[in-house]
Amino acid sequence: MARGTSDITVIGGGVVGLATALGLLRAGRRVTVLDGSDSDFRASQGNFGLVWLQGKGAGFAPYAAWTRDAVAAWPGFAATLGDLTGLDLALDQSGGFEFFTDPAEFQDFAAALERQQAHLGNRFTHEVIDGDDLRRSHPQIGPDVVGATFCPLDGHVNPLRLLRALRAAVRSLGGHIRADAGVRGIAAASGGGFDLTLHTGETLGAARVVLCAGLGGADLAAELGFATRVRPQRGELLITEKLGERLPFLSSTIRQVDEGGVQIGGTKAEVGPDDRETLDVMAGLARHAVKVLPALADVRVVRAWGALRVMTPDGYPVYARSPRHPGACLVTCHSGITLAPLHASVLADWIENTETAPDLEAFDENRFALSDAA
Amino acid sequence: MKIASRFLTRPDAVRTVMVSLDGEPVAARAGDSVAAALLAHSGDASRQSGKGAPRTAFCMMGICFDCLVEVDGQPNCQGCMITVRDGMVLRRQRGLRKLDGSANA
Amino acid sequence: MPDADLIIVGAGPAGMAAAATAAAGGGRVLLLDEQPRAGGQIYRNVGAGGDARPWLGKDYAAGRPLVAALQAPGITAEFGATVWRIEAGPRVVWSRDGESHVCAARHVLLAGGAQERPVPFPGWTLPGVMPAGAPQILMKTSGLLPRDAVLAGSGPLLYLIAAQMIDAGAAPQALVETQGPAMMLRATRHLPRALMAAGTLAKGLGLIRKIKAAGVARHTGAAGFRAEVAGDGDIAFSFTAGGRAHRLVTPLLLTHQGVVPSTHVSRAAGAAHEWNEAQQAFQPKRDAWGATDVPGIHVAGDGAGIGGAEAAQAAGRLAACDILHRLGRLDEASRDRKAAPDRAALRRAMAIRPFLDAAYAPLPEFLAPEGDTIVCRCEEITAADIRASVDEGANGPRQVKTATRAGMGPCQGRMCDLTVRGILAACGTRPATPRARTPIKPVKLGELAALASHQET
Repeated sequence: MARGTSDITVIGGGVVGLATALGLLRAGRRVTVLDGSDSDFRASQGNFGLVWLQGKGAGFAPYAAWTRDAVAAWPGFAATLGDLTGLDLALDQSGGFEFFTDPAEFQDFAAALERQQAHLGNRFTHEVIDGDDLRRSHPQIGPDVVGATFCPLDGHVNPLRLLRALRAAVRSLGGHIRADAGVRGIAAASGGGFDLTLHTGETLGAARVVLCAGLGGADLAAELGFATRVRPQRGELLITEKLGERLPFLSSTIRQVDEGGVQIGGTKAEVGPDDRETLDVMAGLARHAVKVLPALADVRVVRAWGALRVMTPDGYPVYARSPRHPGACLVTCHSGITLAPLHASVLADWIENTETAPDLEAFDENRFALSDAA
Repeated sequence: MKIASRFLTRPDAVRTVMVSLDGEPVAARAGDSVAAALLAHSGDASRQSGKGAPRTAFCMMGICFDCLVEVDGQPNCQGCMITVRDGMVLRRQRGLRKLDGSANA
Repeated sequence: MPDADLIIVGAGPAGMAAAATAAAGGGRVLLLDEQPRAGGQIYRNVGAGGDARPWLGKDYAAGRPLVAALQAPGITAEFGATVWRIEAGPRVVWSRDGESHVCAARHVLLAGGAQERPVPFPGWTLPGVMPAGAPQILMKTSGLLPRDAVLAGSGPLLYLIAAQMIDAGAAPQALVETQGPAMMLRATRHLPRALMAAGTLAKGLGLIRKIKAAGVARHTGAAGFRAEVAGDGDIAFSFTAGGRAHRLVTPLLLTHQGVVPSTHVSRAAGAAHEWNEAQQAFQPKRDAWGATDVPGIHVAGDGAGIGGAEAAQAAGRLAACDILHRLGRLDEASRDRKAAPDRAALRRAMAIRPFLDAAYAPLPEFLAPEGDTIVCRCEEITAADIRASVDEGANGPRQVKTATRAGMGPCQGRMCDLTVRGILAACGTRPATPRARTPIKPVKLGELAALASHQET
């Protein structure tokens, strides 16, 4: 593609890149999305689909507020995508639990929610429920659960349908999505703009770029002078055979997808670029599920998988402009599902640097430089 | 409408095992798989798919999962991988299984 | 201390031959198979006593000595054992009667055999439509014979099953063959090599003579398959052949387009696979001894590439020789000397494959169906759904799976991954081997949870 047919090239065709592209399209820009290969690590195809507030930003007020804004924007966002594509994202924001089998972890998390409450004030509410009270309202919960926290604002969505809807929406607004176009190199062009080299060796020109390539964008970020280095963090998940009834709750580790299967997840492992599932973690997930809801013991797992989270050094999103190259932005985070409504709306104002742009200074990558200096 | 079995039974194949299918007594040959016993009994569907389409045993070698059937209260059992036993309680599945094991919504 | 020198997954011709060779060479062998008896699909139930089924033929009876040889000391055979994971070590995780076990070994041989190629067409999910191998399994294991069936498709197995049905007194009402003169013509250039396996060719011609003598109606060059429900639950099978439309009514439509390697276990084990264009199937990459790129894991038999029972036995023994060598029980020269007859047997047995692969190639309409034909039986995803996802930008098996759910059901893609691949190829992509994940077959959460506490104590 010749330079000039698109105003902005978004590198990365996952949920973050597509949502960002959608926002820019809605702001009237011409956008090309360069998507990678089928075999790339794709957090957008392996995640848990939570639209989640509970616990987010307990230690970082701007993230707590940003996440709260995103959760509030979700109903309208899902409706917009539904109108654009006809796809039902199965958004359900009727509240979610965190279940605990360890009293110390339960206490720590309850304290974290107090900090989150302090950040958000009346924009947040949560309950701390001890095990016996929990079993009075939910008799199916197992005796090993010592307590739970509940946030009525939490929810989930079908993440694969979200991905599909974002693709369709971007295309319906005239965005161009190019498949199998993983970017391997990027450099400032002499006459302005950028020269991109694809994995095939092909070169492309781009007037402005937004780097949303997740784990695939680490080297590109360095080439553009960004300080942020993302790392993979593996989560493992199980999915069961479908159930013909709804589970009595949603939690951050056990959720029922709208098609009926029960997804179990929430593990974290620092193992580099390895997304294989492991026996010990599979067994641990199963044990957790059966402790929380003993009736699940009889339900079959049909598939396990690992997926890699895109983690910044402190775990919070990075929204940064290249210090060296005007026209290049970095957008990366691991909560791409929850934050999608903001990426598809006000983030475009920030990228365009309009007067109504949200203040995202707290998410600049200079926070890493400062902490390095300290 | 009762659909006749799509199979002939060999003259030397004696049915000595009694199972129940949806509450009805059905005779089966000792050593047969549950799926074979159902195919011998009737040419009708042994379950409904998630979208309500009729299905019955297909590959007979454990790979396709079309022979899923409730065996002694356990839903989603592979009928082609389980040998019939006297007194076995079989139920055809209609709809997805529940947490309590039922699959006859 | 590992539980065995060698764990063999699959007790068909490859696995049984490998077990006997490895045990005779001093190896401790653990043989696992999901079925209640040894034999694999080809020799399914052959060990059952008092066999009164002469119509299954001499080739079927040839499985008896292989089964008998499993009595050798040094072989522990576990049946009803469903392997659901192979992991580094290697370790094999398997389940029986609701309990999972983890067994370690110095080596693992995957000998999972073949499955029939899925034959998708409108109506193939209806009760009354089955793959042709299914009633053959019933003939081997139960007292059932197909009633007034129609056999449709192509391949040597189709002739064998037709002949077995005739000999059992349950002749098919018709044989509808998809191969036509053009396919045969293309195959003839492979005939000189195929003559190395003259015995196999002669057997095939004998089967065709038997079918003709029995007066079974035959159509060739058939295409455009469609099955619908007729009265009394029968299947109305329509197709075109010889420039005309045909319609046959039958209680049982049996289709076949050849067999393909069953690669779920080897893919989930992480072994590299390749596309076999002639056989239109994925197969694990392996060296001349069956060693894959995963340390400690060999493959043999039809699961490593279709060759039939004789080739599978030879490949099983070759793998066993190499494993004995790696165990330090056979020096290199002895391994090579011991392997020579099997290598020759393998070459002979494989000589006919190029001819068979060309003569009985699957039709494009089954490789890359269109419209409302269901591709993924579990999730009820149609060819049109798959094609729409490709139009939306999915350009590989993983994106098609996540966009459509094809392959997410309990069969984990066994019945659709080749068809998805075919559609992707027909749409102009070069699709990679789809990844497989564990558990290879469903396992209850309670069973998985119990495994954890086992491991920790």
